[in-house]
Order: sequence, then C-alpha cells, then structure tokens
Amino acid sequence: MHAENEILFRDSAAKALLDPQLRANFRRAMDGLITKRKAQFPDPRDLQDLRDLSTAIRSRSLLNLPSLLEQFEAQATRNGIQVHWAETCDQANELILGILRSKGAKTLVKGKSMVSEEMHLNDFLEKHGIEALESDLGEYIIQLDGETPSHIIMPAIHKNKDQIARQFSQKIKDAKYTEDVDELTAMARKVLRQKFLEADAGLSGVNFAVAETGTLCLVENEGNGRMSTHVPPLHIAVMGLEKVVATLEDVAPLYSILTRSATGQPVTTYFNLITAPRGAGEKDGPQEIHLVILDNGRSNIYADPQLQATLRCIRCGACMNHCPVYTRVGGHAYEAVYPGPIGKILTPQVEGVGVRHDLLHGSSLCGACGEVCPVQIPIPEILVRLRREATHQDPGSQVVGKGTGRTSSEDWAWRLWAMANKRPGLYRIITWFATRFGKALPAGAPLIKDWTRTRTKPVPAHRTLNERVRAKGVPHV
Amino acid sequence: MSDARTAILGRLRASSQVGPLPDLDTAVLERRHWPISERAERLRKGMEAVHTEFLDATPADWPGVLRAFCDREGFKNLLFGPTSEAGSILAADWPAGGTQLMPYDRPVEAFKDELFTGVDAGFTGTVGGVAETGGLLLMPGPAEPRLLSLVPPIHIAMLKASTIHDTFWAAIKALGWGRALPPNALMISGPSKTADIEQTLAYGVHGPKRLIVVLVNDLA
Repeated sequence: MHAENEILFRDSAAKALLDPQLRANFRRAMDGLITKRKAQFPDPRDLQDLRDLSTAIRSRSLLNLPSLLEQFEAQATRNGIQVHWAETCDQANELILGILRSKGAKTLVKGKSMVSEEMHLNDFLEKHGIEALESDLGEYIIQLDGETPSHIIMPAIHKNKDQIARQFSQKIKDAKYTEDVDELTAMARKVLRQKFLEADAGLSGVNFAVAETGTLCLVENEGNGRMSTHVPPLHIAVMGLEKVVATLEDVAPLYSILTRSATGQPVTTYFNLITAPRGAGEKDGPQEIHLVILDNGRSNIYADPQLQATLRCIRCGACMNHCPVYTRVGGHAYEAVYPGPIGKILTPQVEGVGVRHDLLHGSSLCGACGEVCPVQIPIPEILVRLRREATHQDPGSQVVGKGTGRTSSEDWAWRLWAMANKRPGLYRIITWFATRFGKALPAGAPLIKDWTRTRTKPVPAHRTLNERVRAKGVPHV
Repeated sequence: MSDARTAILGRLRASSQVGPLPDLDTAVLERRHWPISERAERLRKGMEAVHTEFLDATPADWPGVLRAFCDREGFKNLLFGPTSEAGSILAADWPAGGTQLMPYDRPVEAFKDELFTGVDAGFTGTVGGVAETGGLLLMPGPAEPRLLSLVPPIHIAMLKASTIHDTFWAAIKALGWGRALPPNALMISGPSKTADIEQTLAYGVHGPKRLIVVLVNDLA
C-alpha cells in the first residue's frame, strides 16, 4: 500500500529512458553546460570563497526573513510599488486576475517566471478569458505545444532544432520551414514584438528583491523581461517569499555566481533593477507596478532549521545540469514544476513526502548536486532526512505528510529484520540457509525480481562472515 | 493589512531562529582589481566576446565619430534624449542632412508604433562601466527614457573610460545605488541574445540586434 495518489517517479523515468531522442538532447545540453560552468571558475579558491560569501548572504537573509520582508514592503510601497501577499497559489491567481480586471486588461505578456509555473497562472487566466503569452523564447516554444518547462533555466532543452523547426512551420502564421537557428529566432522576434507593443499588461518573476531599496532585480539575456516590464502600462511581478536580500551590495556576488553556475556566462546581457513605476517627467515605463509575494508552503519549510536551507536556492539549475539521473530522464519525468535535485527536495516538502515518496528515492546520492550548488544547499543530506520523514511520525517535525509514505510490506520487512537481528540462533539459521541455498533462488522471486529486472542476480558467499571469522579462531562470534 | 500577510509573517516570526549571523567575507570581490588604465581594455574584451562593437573616440571628437558611423550605416534616424548630458552635446553640433536626430521627448503612448517600427537606432549615455565582466551601467529616467536602449534594433551608447569600475559590486558602492536607486537602473553587456534553441547562440531575439559602444578615452 502506498500513500493515496502517490506519484511514481519510477514509471515516468522508465518511460523517458526508452526515448533515445530525449536522452541525446539532454546529454548534449548538459555536457555543454558542465564544461561552460567549469571554465568560469578556473581558480578553486575564488570559487569556494564566492560560494562561502553567497551562502552567508542567503543564510543571513533567511535568518532575518520576516524583518527583511517588512522592510522591503515598506520601501517598495514608498517607491510606488503595490505589494500583495498570497498564502496559496489560488490566492495569488485570484489577486492577479483582480488586478488585471480592475484595469480592463485582456492580454498579458510574460517574462520567464517559475513561480507563475508553480501557480499554473496561464491556465487559470485562459479560463477567465485573459490571454497569457510567454515571451522567453524557450517558454514560447513549449507554450506553442502546450508543454511545461523541462529545465528551470532552459525550458525547451528537451527539444532539438528539427522539432522546433517543424513546430514553427505548423504553428506560426505564414512561417516557412527552416532549421536555421537565426531564422527561427527572427520568426519568434517578429511575432512577439507585436505582442509587446499591444499587450495590456506584463508579468515577470523576480531574481532578487532588495530590502533596503525596495528594488526588484531581473536577470536575463533576451530582453523579453525588459519588454514585459517596461512596455505595457501595467507590470505585475510574482515572487516566492524567500527571494529578499538585505542590501544591493549583497546582490552583486549572488548575481555573479548565479550566471556562472547556470549557463557558464560571466554576466548576462541584462541586469534590470526596477525600483519604481513611471515617475514625474518620465516618458515611459509602467504606470503601475504590483508585486505578489507567494508563500505556497515556504513558511512551513522555513520552520525547520535543517530544511530551511532549501530556501537558500537562487534557481541556477546547476544541480540538474550535473545530476546523473536528471541527465538521463530529463525534466518532465519528475512530473513537478521544479525538476532535478532541487525539485526532489522541494516538491515533496510542498506536496507531501508521502505522495512524493518515490521521488525521494530516485537518486543515487552521488553528491554532485551538493558539490556544485553555489549556496551549498546540502541536497543529499536533506534528501536522506526526507526519506526518514516519509516513513516516520517524528514529534516536532512539521514536514507535510510525514509518515504517510510507510507501506505495510516495508513495515513487515523491517519487523522481520529486527526480529532476526535480535535472536542470534534465528539469525544463524537464516544466514546458513541463505548462503547454502541462495544461489538456487529463482531470479524472478519476489523482492529479488526488482533487482534482477535490469541486473544479474548476485551470488551469495558459500559461508557466512560469522563462520569464516570463527574459522580464523576468533571466539564469541 | 491583509489576512494573508498577517498569517505569513506570523508563521515566519514564530519559527524564526535566533543566533549569530554568519560573517560576510568580501575578500573575493576586493581581489578583483585592475589599474584604471587597463579597465577599458578588459571591459572591451568581455563585451566583444558577446558581439558588442566598439568605436574609439576622444572627448573632443566623439560626436563626429558617432555621426560618421551613422552615415556609414545609412541610418535614416537616431532616437536620443535631448535633455541628457550626452544628448545635448550630440545635438549641439549635429550636421544637417543624412541621419536625422529624433528626440524622445513625448510620452511613449504618443508614438509607440513608430518607436517599434520606424526607428533605426537609439543613443544613450552611460553612468559607468564594469571591467571584470564587461558591462555598461545605465540610469534611464526623464532625460533618457527606459525604452531608448531596448526597442530600437540598434543601441549606441557612449562610455567614458574614466567611469569604468573594477566590478559590478564596486560600481554599486561607488554610484551609491544601495542608498538611492533611480526608478530603473541597468547593466547591459551586449546585444540581446538567446540559446534556447539547442544551445545555439543567436543574437537579436527581443531587444537590440547590435550594441555599439562609443568608447571615449578621457584618461589622457
């Protein structure tokens, strides 16, 4: 028996592994990203110092989080940004719909925002008659096919250019078939610039929110973030409540380690600091800026001193780029907004460790994610902790769904294990039989089958360790 | 005060851990240092790597260098901020004929279509540069509107070599951005780009397709 509605990662992972095109697309992309990141950190001392500084900045921000959020809100409000709070995705969606309706807005052009993915904002708005168009090229590509991002930085990484060429020629009006990347990019530019020009409102995420100045920082290469936030008369930003840092000086090292860890770039094309809507004498910029601060389980994660480190994340994606599991199965197999190692610890904490129990075990615990994380989130340790949480009702723990991943078969297995290990006579009998007759067990026997489906059956030793040690003359074993 | 706000902040406060804050050791940022004479070259290298083009000029001849470039490219117009420091110098001595100077002196709503389709290039000044990675610092505002450096297909920016800082971090401190930020501030390192199709770099996706820096050597 599994937790109700348990989502089985093993099934979708197995399916993804059978898709050679998908595996080739990811392998090529991840190898490239790993190489580029490495080239950005030639000096190991510099890298470690920058990681230590970035970790300290994010840890300090979290330790002061409630005060920083209040300071940020006060300063942003003074600047003319209207700040809203949402405990759930539903609340955040309703807030945004309300803002759009109050302005009579019918079209929304979007810069890239993972929080809006978390909210399933596009679907929600479409249902209420508002067109929400993604403008980041990768997001635009997947929206044309009704897909979700397979990577948090490069959402269309699962597609190759032939697939995109076919898709554009079918879905963009008057488009001809071409596999030339410059021509494909130019096609999207033409469509989207018209959309920027006409949109009633723009939406963006937030990379960092600065408490001392009330500023929203946006990191991007394409310029669609600037277009979405500066061309339409209304700008709505959404962010998770953990995004705030104390000072603008804090942002500089975080930005530096973010771009290098994410895509191996020393700097992005644009770093956009938005502090206020169109001011007196200004000729452009949005007339109004609204910010929605979303909780969606974050305050619960915050309550646990060890799990709080999850919230240090600056969403660079380096953990997925370096993950042997992610590289092989791709982002969609996780069936979660945030895939890869960070998704593996974040998703179960938000949705429940019971329903996401299987995801917690889809890891070899190789440790690569923790090693490359720019803010040193101990992802493997947190994964192990959450595995325990899934099967234990520890008092004091606030983990969502704790203990609900326990199954009766696993329970019985451990009970028998405990019984055998507490009774030396019984233990000897079992191990004697296992060593003498283990070889004869069929590969298709229950439990053994799970292992032998993709591997050869292990052959037990002829004698137990106890017997061999005793034979060497060691007493009392 | 919304209920959500009270509830969220209440939960965060209830579980806030008290304890010493970790120290911030910024030595790794302070180590990034170059003499002022080398910064322009470093900035240039970083920005050329992402397809930024450079025009060399002096404090006296930069408007002429820019004008010659516009004529060479055959621009019919150049959008600029007439009341900005760089813009007023440019306008003071702009020969008639050829590329027309087009002032961005009205609200965008009055000429949005023209801005998107009828402008060949936009010109802005800068408030500084960043040597470490290459980058221009801009402070759009009433004199130089925000879309000037974004919507026209070509962005031309004037940068004085004496205003180049070591790092973005050093620039933020020197410009006092942490104390009082303008409504919008920016760092730009090159023309708009994307690698969303099969990791292949393509330039000019949404913003300018070309970025041209008029580098004014005012160090002599």
